[in-house]
Amino acid sequence: MSRLNPANVTLAHEIISHYPKKKSALIPLLHLAQEQDGYVADDAMEHIAELVEVTPAEVLGTCSFYEMFKRHPVGTYMINVCTNIACQLMGGEELLHHAEETLGIRPGGTTDDGLFTLEDVECIAACTEAPCLQVNYRHEYRLSTDDFDALVADLRSGKRSDIPAHGTLGTVRQHIPADRRAGIRHPDDEGTPAWFASRQPAES
Amino acid sequence: MSTHTNDYVPHAPGYVDNEGPKVVTSRFPYEDSFTMERSLATGGYEGLKAALAKSPAEVAQEVKDAVVLGRGGAGFPAGIKWGFMPNIWPRYLVVNGDESEPGTYKDRLLMERDPHQLIEGCMIACYALGLNQCFLYVRGEMPLAHERIATALNDAYAAGYVGKNVMDTDVSIDIVLHWGAGAYIVGEETALIESLEGNRGQPRLKPPYFPAAKGLYYQPTIVNNVETLANLPWLMVNGAEAYKQMGSEASPGTRMLAVSGHVKRPGVYEVEQGVVSFRELFYDDNFCGGIRDDNELKMFIPGGGSAPWFFEDQLDVPMEGRTVGAAGSMLGSGALVVMDETTDAVKACLRVVRFFARESCGKCTPCREGTSWEEKVLQRILDGHGRPEDIDLLLEIGSNISPGTYPVAAFGDEGLEAVPFPPKQTTICPLGPSSVAPITSAIRRFRDEFEAKIDASSDDAAEPVGAAAGGH
Ligand SMILES: Cc1cc2nc3c(=O)[nH]c(=O)nc-3n(C[C@H](O)[C@H](O)[C@H](O)COP(=O)(O)O)c2cc1C
Ligand code: SF4
Ligand code: FES
Repeated sequence: MSRLNPANVTLAHEIISHYPKKKSALIPLLHLAQEQDGYVADDAMEHIAELVEVTPAEVLGTCSFYEMFKRHPVGTYMINVCTNIACQLMGGEELLHHAEETLGIRPGGTTDDGLFTLEDVECIAACTEAPCLQVNYRHEYRLSTDDFDALVADLRSGKRSDIPAHGTLGTVRQHIPADRRAGIRHPDDEGTPAWFASRQPAES
Repeated sequence: MSTHTNDYVPHAPGYVDNEGPKVVTSRFPYEDSFTMERSLATGGYEGLKAALAKSPAEVAQEVKDAVVLGRGGAGFPAGIKWGFMPNIWPRYLVVNGDESEPGTYKDRLLMERDPHQLIEGCMIACYALGLNQCFLYVRGEMPLAHERIATALNDAYAAGYVGKNVMDTDVSIDIVLHWGAGAYIVGEETALIESLEGNRGQPRLKPPYFPAAKGLYYQPTIVNNVETLANLPWLMVNGAEAYKQMGSEASPGTRMLAVSGHVKRPGVYEVEQGVVSFRELFYDDNFCGGIRDDNELKMFIPGGGSAPWFFEDQLDVPMEGRTVGAAGSMLGSGALVVMDETTDAVKACLRVVRFFARESCGKCTPCREGTSWEEKVLQRILDGHGRPEDIDLLLEIGSNISPGTYPVAAFGDEGLEAVPFPPKQTTICPLGPSSVAPITSAIRRFRDEFEAKIDASSDDAAEPVGAAAGGH
């Protein structure tokens, strides 16, 4: 679909300015594209390639390695059920099966109304709260099948405004004011920071 | 600091405020523990202030004296690792917040509940290392951690704790929040660096063994785990001597341990290292309170999905890297998964192996092919299509995914020798070899369960097509 819009281009330049080398901003920029469109569009990848001065193939190469980047539209809500060991022991697989039946889709599938995509995922760092899942990467803990049904009902009726649409990660961004920056160090930029030299006792 | 309730803390899901000294979780009982106000009201940034009053070398020495062991998995002393940095600039600090080892749940809590403590720890490390740029790499699937850290960094920059002229001194250090996008292997430190350079997150060929020599942009780079760095503010305020009052001589201080699975009270506990045994952790009321329904313990994973399994024989081992290592496994990332008598050993083994098969980055053939082959064989045994030779086949595949000289499971107590891996290294990183840990553990201990499933198998006719793809 689309290239980054003007507001996001401004954000992209700010993000790039945080790194000694532009290419380091690639993953954050792919997230930005996914936040804009809900998935990573081909045009967006080309745009990102221009911004960080690499080839579109390199952007695709990075993008395709990471599971969170979706190259096609997915549901508004992505439900990721953990079935890794701690969750399996506490009923994670049964929860996934229930989700499959309730939503009528298999992992990787999206409901016809475009509301839900289901995934069978690895450990999401909530193992003591098993079985658990994430909706657009927001955790839900210790779910029974009834809890799952209630969650789906709430999502359908728009009661979970705390969960942003797929693609939005953190709703807060880091901003470094120009006058507060220490200044980035390009790898070719040799020499110790002045404060380090002056504070270190003379070498013996 | 806080008076312990021994209860779950509702706003820190899973965290139990048990009795015992608290180094990194002391603010968790406060609902607003992630705010600048709460941090400052409870001694926040005092550690940085103390550090800035010393020379960088003195701060590094204090960390070395305290023997702060890495909390990311390998348990390497931070002070020693820092010493590996050659005198080359610029150099970088990369914080490993990619937590995704099965069973591990602690770094996310530290990032969500006390981001200022982590930021302060990063600043102390940067100061000691004489570097002015730090990247905080947070796992992509943790947006709450991102929000909390982004807010904390914005506040800390505004208040002068990070950035230019820290606390009105000449010291200037930037911390940049970076985020991942879903790949377990990126937790491996050289893959983390590749990812931070904007590349596919695949580990680099070693040597050099430590990124301290050549890391980010091939400059000297220290990679430390979130929990490791979160220890530093306390250490700077209280000193190495006080730090060593906690824990054992070889492993001072505390660790955050996540106990999941079949215990009565699963949760995240901050525990003194080397003082408490697995038995106490699983059965004491101060901790997990016993196995669910008072069932028998069948086995447990002492340190994340990569760790060889333990059994009741190892319950009295004190929990610290050294003793757990000597007993044939590792405390790894502080992830304990408890399985009771109702657990199917083959099924549990398959699930852990499947994780490695899915997460293999594909760079080395033995890992890429071997892990999914192991998965296929285990799956057919579980599905009732196992073949008599499958057990040996599993062990053989495993022995070809070799970590070289890495330590492997020895069940010395039971008169069994160390697993006879060939002495050559066939993979670039330990992910592939990790898939062998659950297999050797399960087969050695529960061979009869594998055999029973194979004996009951309907033969070839029902053989699913997928399982035949493995070859032999
Ligand atoms: C496959 C693999 C995954 C890893 N995942 C993590 C991780 O998620 N978090 C982490 O801190 N260390 C992880 N590590 C260990 C890191 O490579 C590194 O040793 C650690 O971050 C160093 O920090 P420390 O010395 O403070 O423990 C992983 C290692 C391997 C081989
Ligand atoms: S062992 Fe596996 S995960 Fe590690 S580098 Fe090789 S293929 Fe990648
Ligand atoms: S195993 Fe499911 S969250 Fe860790």
